[in-house]
Amino acid sequence: MKNPLAKAGILLVGMYVFLKFILPQFTAPLPASLIFLYLALTFAASTIFFTMSGAGLEDFMGPVGRFLTGEGQSGIAGTARILVFLVFPLLVGWQTYTKLAPSDAPPAENRTIHPAPPGEFVGLANPFPKTQDNIMMGKGLYAAFCSPCHGANFDGKGPAAPGFNPPPANFSDPGTIAQLQEAYLFWRIKKGGVGLPIEGMPWKSAMPRWEFELPDDWIWKIIMGEYDGAHQSPRTWEEEEEE
Amino acid sequence: MKSRGTVENLQSWLPKVKHSSLSGWSVFWVLLLLPAFVWAQDAATQAMSVEYRDIPWIGSRNLVWIVAQQHLLLAGFVLGVPIFAWICEIVGWRSKEPRYDKLAKEFTKLLTSAYATTALFGGILLFLLIGLYPKLMAYLSDVFFPSFIAYCILFLLETATLYIYWYGWDALQGNKKGLHIFLGFLLNLFALGIMIVPNSWATFQASPVVLGDGTAIERAWTAMQNPTWWPVNIHRLIANVVLGGFICGAYAGVRYLLAQTKEEKDHYDWMGYVGNFIGVFGMLPLPFAGYWLMREVYQYNQQMGITLMGGFLAWLFILQAMLIGVLFLGANYYFWMGIAYRIPGSAQSYKRPILAMLVVLMVCLGVWMTPHSLVASLAEAQLMGGTHHPLLGVFGVMSAKMTVSNLMILVTFMSFIMYWRAGKQETAAWAKVAKAVMGALLAIGGIAVVVLGVWGYFVPAIIRINYFSVAQVLIVLFIMVTFTPLTALLMKSAKTTTEMVWGQMPIRAGYALVLNAVMVILLMSLMGYARSSSRVHWHIYGVMRDTSEYAYSPALGYAAAFMSLNTFLFCLLVSFIFWVATMGDKVKKGPEQGQAAEDPTKISGGVTPAMAGGAPRVGEETLKI
Repeated sequence: MKNPLAKAGILLVGMYVFLKFILPQFTAPLPASLIFLYLALTFAASTIFFTMSGAGLEDFMGPVGRFLTGEGQSGIAGTARILVFLVFPLLVGWQTYTKLAPSDAPPAENRTIHPAPPGEFVGLANPFPKTQDNIMMGKGLYAAFCSPCHGANFDGKGPAAPGFNPPPANFSDPGTIAQLQEAYLFWRIKKGGVGLPIEGMPWKSAMPRWEFELPDDWIWKIIMGEYDGAHQSPRTWEEEEEE
Repeated sequence: MKSRGTVENLQSWLPKVKHSSLSGWSVFWVLLLLPAFVWAQDAATQAMSVEYRDIPWIGSRNLVWIVAQQHLLLAGFVLGVPIFAWICEIVGWRSKEPRYDKLAKEFTKLLTSAYATTALFGGILLFLLIGLYPKLMAYLSDVFFPSFIAYCILFLLETATLYIYWYGWDALQGNKKGLHIFLGFLLNLFALGIMIVPNSWATFQASPVVLGDGTAIERAWTAMQNPTWWPVNIHRLIANVVLGGFICGAYAGVRYLLAQTKEEKDHYDWMGYVGNFIGVFGMLPLPFAGYWLMREVYQYNQQMGITLMGGFLAWLFILQAMLIGVLFLGANYYFWMGIAYRIPGSAQSYKRPILAMLVVLMVCLGVWMTPHSLVASLAEAQLMGGTHHPLLGVFGVMSAKMTVSNLMILVTFMSFIMYWRAGKQETAAWAKVAKAVMGALLAIGGIAVVVLGVWGYFVPAIIRINYFSVAQVLIVLFIMVTFTPLTALLMKSAKTTTEMVWGQMPIRAGYALVLNAVMVILLMSLMGYARSSSRVHWHIYGVMRDTSEYAYSPALGYAAAFMSLNTFLFCLLVSFIFWVATMGDKVKKGPEQGQAAEDPTKISGGVTPAMAGGAPRVGEETLKI
């Protein structure tokens, strides 16, 4: 196929089919916002590539221009043109209606996962040395208080996890606790979901406020056990702290 | 109330005074004026206790936001253009190509009106800050007063140097050119000072340090040396070069679209190329400087770092990725169109490498723009098991972002190298070996950047930040500093197989240049907001709390609208400055102003053939230095 416009169209359709239907065969489905983003990039790439030269521009945009102006459009092409002009506004109207019509579905949200901790928790360091005893004690406390939700394997798949939306954090994911300092975890465990600041709204966290149940010493040891069990390291600024 | 009581007491005194004596008159006048002194004292006390003033309708914060942003963008332009002009002047001086000198002069001419406008906005900003935020300004004045003096001195020196630099342009030619170049150096040196001194005030607000006892100078110096001062200085310095380059490109783009004659088209096509070249080359190290700044912010205060990169401001970085992506695409698109249009017959032969580079750029941009927490409906989040996608969620963290930004820089650099080599044939005996080495280096470097990026997920954050990210940057820099001289040497002896033709670019090339400039301005507005908002409800982070009615962060949509407004206003201002500065050209259109290069097709190698966009023609194999 030599027509660049058709190539671009096939590429877009192919990308959509891949993202919407093929990729979910291997992993979770992608949200519409991400599919839209990738399709927009594909469209931009096609436009850039096919309009690089004068001839390419004519091949790519020429048919669009002729279609819009009606130049040389007769017979089936002419009828198709009129149909498009009729259907297109209807599609826009339908899209507008579906976006604006009242619905009981909650809106898509851009939740802030890591709101900033209060000042009093910033700069705290784990007061306990990273010894085997402390780690084992932390893991034991974790098993008792945390694993029902966060899972015995630290993967967020505890027996109670299916009851929560959003699900409990997966600590073995390098995008969760590995990105944070221990002080951050201390704050989240101690204050729980209700202790999140206003910037963390909507407060979609069922994390209990453990400060009434667990002494600080235990919380620090649980943190140590979590990192060790999930095979992650906390974010630090001094390499000496690693040792 | 207190003053009224005092007045009543004084009135009861007055009849007792003997009016006939001189001393009596004196006492009378003193007593008469006493209420005024008391009132003034009361007013002064009242004024001292005022923490904020407001402006109706628009609000004090919004007004300061607009004026400060305009001032900063103008300052970026005023500090960036001298760097740009000075580089062009040096190139013209070394290569003996007068068109560079003309270009430098054309842009220096803009400086005089732009400089005055910048100072005007600076003055307005100062009055607004003193009037609307008196308590904050009193504190900052107390800490930084010695630096205010230094700033004034630098301003005087900069102004004097600018006048001599501009008005002495024609007088300081020939054997006095070196002196003029030195003046350009001084101009940029003072400009650097003018930039870094106020930077210390703003960065102190974000990352204040403990001020011990000492003299006023010692306290000011301690405050200036706060953790984010130098990262911001370096970031802004590079960004100003980028702004200067792309605004030059946009100016050339507009003039190219309006050009009536072939000479004008040739000239502005070439000017657009030079602007884009300088903008792109400034842009390449910019992400590294930004990374350093964010690292310092995180290290200074975890709370601020998380607010920026993981908290409510994190979405700004997705917008940033989009804007930078458009900028990279725009710059590359311009390079690629340059190959297709300026080097006739090349479009087809470079199609495959361009496609490969475009695919890499798009994949990288896709990764960069993928947020860690996705925008998802409840049903979508349930299917994903949260707002993190189990597969694509890994693109949301810094290791992925650093990797793709390095790759995009590498691709853009290679785009430029390809443009440089287009239409030429290497004749050096070692050309094949050199090209093989470059190819191997590129492949190994690219793979190493990706491997380090993937590995970064499996090591502690400190190892990734201190070693892996730094190694990625060094690999890309190594490729850039190796390829540039190697290509220059190759091109030194290369023969031109297809002459470069100027003035043939399509109109969309002009629009691409304008788009790049708009993207840079939007980016600066966006990141300016991010830097300023990271202080949240503090005027001075952790030291002086914002207790005004505006002690909240505006919604992202509201902020985005202000960024757009600021970009629009700045474009209007720059257009006005360009219009004013070139008004005379329309009247006295002569050989010097706004005219074409002597013969745009006669592009000799010069000292910087890459910048000139050409190489020696067949038979012309020596560098003219």
